[in-house]
Amino acid sequence: MLRSKVMVQEADFDVSSEIRWLRQGLPEIGAVATFIGTVRDINENSTVRAMTLEHYPGMTEKALENILKVADERFEITSAMIIHRVGPLYPEDQIVFAAATSEHRQQAFLACEFIMDYLKTEAPFWKKEDTPEGARWVSARDSDDSAKERWEKAD
Amino acid sequence: MNVKVRFFASLKEQFGRDSVVVNTPFAPATVAGLRQHLCEQHPGFAKAIAEVGRLRAAVNQDMAEDDTPVGEQAEVAFFPPVTGG
Repeated sequence: MLRSKVMVQEADFDVSSEIRWLRQGLPEIGAVATFIGTVRDINENSTVRAMTLEHYPGMTEKALENILKVADERFEITSAMIIHRVGPLYPEDQIVFAAATSEHRQQAFLACEFIMDYLKTEAPFWKKEDTPEGARWVSARDSDDSAKERWEKAD
Repeated sequence: MNVKVRFFASLKEQFGRDSVVVNTPFAPATVAGLRQHLCEQHPGFAKAIAEVGRLRAAVNQDMAEDDTPVGEQAEVAFFPPVTGG
């Protein structure tokens, strides 16, 4: 991987300028795969008015950098990045951006999905939702564990 | 041993503290040993981890398991399963 970055920030991000950063000066890239996670206004049958994302400063960056490193070892990617927002967020807000580039689409698609599956179980972020019934911490989903495990089986 | 232990998310709220310093003449040596030591020293911690359910840990900012060694001056953290993305 020639180029990578990890950002953990309160501020929103601009997808176009991030894609430009991934591609600029790398004409061998023929595919860009991206994922954007956004805040939904409903979760487990409750209205979500807002959420707060807590994280473990230091470990978060280390975990995300490691995910990109493993993705690079595993896939033929040219550049990759992760941006994850923290702090207060509201429905429709962007939460996370994961992207990978490669010569042909398959490696970029796979790497992008791999990055998200690992982020969901290995990066120390926690969501707390504000609902009409009160504030509550979001529970981890078993489906996130199985999504990660299928990459381990593929080894 | 002298170890800083940090807590996050629902565990931090339930316990009411974001960190403790563990200073003992003996060495709990592993994540499980340290968790047991905390439960004995802080009844509020034992109660909090029962409330939280599944618990994960990190040693020196890497995800850890029950048998992960905890060295002198390590930074250990306990928290619920992560929910980012």
